[in-house]
Amino acid sequence: MFYREAGDFKTTYADDSQTFPIKFDRYRYWAVLAFAFLVVPFIINDYWLNAVVLPFLIYSVAAIGLNILTGYCGQVSLGSGGFMAVGAYACYKFMTSFPGMDIFSVILLSGFVTAAVGILFGLPSLRIKGFYLAVATLAAQFFLVWLFNKVPWFYNYSASGQINAPERTVFGYAVTGAETQAWAVYLVALVFVVVLAVVARNLTRGSLGRKWMAIRDMDIAAEIIGVNPMTAKLSAFAISSFYVGISGAMFFVLYLGAVEVGEAFGIGKSFIILFMVIIGGLGSIFGSFAGAAFMVLMPVLLKNVMVGQLGWATDLAAHFEFVIVGGLIIVFLILEPHGLAQLWRLAKEKLRLWPFPH
Amino acid sequence: MSAGFYYGTEVFLNGLMTGVLYSLVALGFVLIFKSSGIFNYAQGVMALFAALTLVGLQDGQVPFAHLINSIFGTQVHHFGWHLPALLAILLTAGVMVVLAILVERYILRHLVNQPDIILFMATIGLAYFMEGFGDLMWGSEIKKLDVGIPQGGNIWIEENTAFLGGDDFYGFYLDSLDIVAAVFAGLLVLSLVLFSQYTKTGRALRAVADDHQAALSVGISLRFIWVVVWSIAGFIALVAGIMWGSKSGVQFSLSLIALKALPVLMLGGFTSIPGAIVGGLIIGVGEKMFEFLIGAPFLGGATENWFAYMLALVFLVFRPQGLFGDKIIERV
Repeated sequence: MFYREAGDFKTTYADDSQTFPIKFDRYRYWAVLAFAFLVVPFIINDYWLNAVVLPFLIYSVAAIGLNILTGYCGQVSLGSGGFMAVGAYACYKFMTSFPGMDIFSVILLSGFVTAAVGILFGLPSLRIKGFYLAVATLAAQFFLVWLFNKVPWFYNYSASGQINAPERTVFGYAVTGAETQAWAVYLVALVFVVVLAVVARNLTRGSLGRKWMAIRDMDIAAEIIGVNPMTAKLSAFAISSFYVGISGAMFFVLYLGAVEVGEAFGIGKSFIILFMVIIGGLGSIFGSFAGAAFMVLMPVLLKNVMVGQLGWATDLAAHFEFVIVGGLIIVFLILEPHGLAQLWRLAKEKLRLWPFPH
Repeated sequence: MSAGFYYGTEVFLNGLMTGVLYSLVALGFVLIFKSSGIFNYAQGVMALFAALTLVGLQDGQVPFAHLINSIFGTQVHHFGWHLPALLAILLTAGVMVVLAILVERYILRHLVNQPDIILFMATIGLAYFMEGFGDLMWGSEIKKLDVGIPQGGNIWIEENTAFLGGDDFYGFYLDSLDIVAAVFAGLLVLSLVLFSQYTKTGRALRAVADDHQAALSVGISLRFIWVVVWSIAGFIALVAGIMWGSKSGVQFSLSLIALKALPVLMLGGFTSIPGAIVGGLIIGVGEKMFEFLIGAPFLGGATENWFAYMLALVFLVFRPQGLFGDKIIERV
């Protein structure tokens, strides 16, 4: 009834090619944004920020990044944890070397550094394909983590080998360090997420995104119709790493505050981000958000039920969590291999015809 | 001849022995990949699960004791028997067959015709599941695995190689366990080759590896072959689990040997059994020698974590299908 194209006349090309062609969708989008910017900052507290909202926002950025590479360009990567580490350590080095720089430029710059590293590790993708490439990206994961552990310059020769985020403020409000306020941290993360998601959405439906998808569907055929595989693949690696690097930097400065590289950015992180992309839906920006929400919320929920309600020991609950996460992934892949995004698409199709499906 | 040369040779030999263990894990990957095109990430966790089950059966642990105690408030932990090693190994092998049947019945059958990446993700899901399930079933503390394999330096080799050097050279130090592992790996490969060349099931297995549809059309049951292949992979995981478990205890890190086996696969090619063996040896020797010659003196050590991957990566740039992999032919 509400969700349909009928009666919504487009009179300009700009109107015709907008992201949300259906009026209801457009209003919903603005309503969600208004809620996120105008309501949530007033009701958020430290528990919700650190347990749910902040991990969700940060992982969404990482999932969008990996989705660009894996979902749109078809290059499976298991090195996301390593690239997040690059973002975090670049951020740390910029913050300690240039104390005057504001936090937004620092995080953006860390993204560019990660993009450069991503291009470097993307070079083998020109020769190696499929699973060989997936395994090859593990080289980035292990090498980068080893590098940040072994070269003291990266952690400024600190005795513990950890990096700690110094305090930075935005408009006088502390957003990193010990004395932060939940709403300020939330808004910084939200600004990054919204801007990056809009950029990603527009990149993927522009000419670059079409080139990526052509490469994904069949790279030789794409080459024949005039897509340069080198620029397409390397740009996918660069932009994907840019996103992953920014999420790594935010993970460090906004969320954890102190990082030990093997623990925070190990291989487990790479797999979690890959799960988000697969469960959310390959090749969908909405899917990245849905996957991130699923993977962040489920452990919190399970823990609350098993430790809080049933009173089990935490290690027992942790084992159960593994069983349930693993089981759910398999069930999900069997029932809906295209992820949550596909369910959303089906729901929208149904909505178009509702309430007269025939 | 200097002491450094002898030490280097010893590192070389030890690398060779470690390489054999890598090959053992890689072999499980190759078998499954060849016959079903599935890249089975869970192979390492299967080794862990097999070793956990073996220890649990041997010591007579009550499965799920922790869980039962939490729910019913009881205090059960052991049945109070000790099984002989051989019986426990046979029982564990049975458990691995059951596992193979369950995997085929509840996962693979539903995922036929899905893209490779989906199947790969499913095996990662399986790995998570089995990791939690194994801990839930047998407890997560580090366990000692002892099935009677001799351990420690092999005196015979040490005494009989001492004459090679001068007065300050006492012979090469090789762990007996590594030697036993190498012998078993050799036997395993030999029996696999015989099985696949000279038995009816083995021939069917090779047919499926060659072409699924052609195999189906001459009446080979794909499901049966998958169960067979996953069972064999389970046996290999059991052997690998016994060897690594006796060496360093049964604990979570055992499942990470899968990550060690991946560069072996890349180097040798995903589809080649000899490739897995040769690749394992190259990686085993390569990483030990690199650590000894360059890593420890110049780079601060612990290069073993990434060296194998870098070696495989550089190698693949020049030969994308690995040493013995099938030539990749692409058509539009």
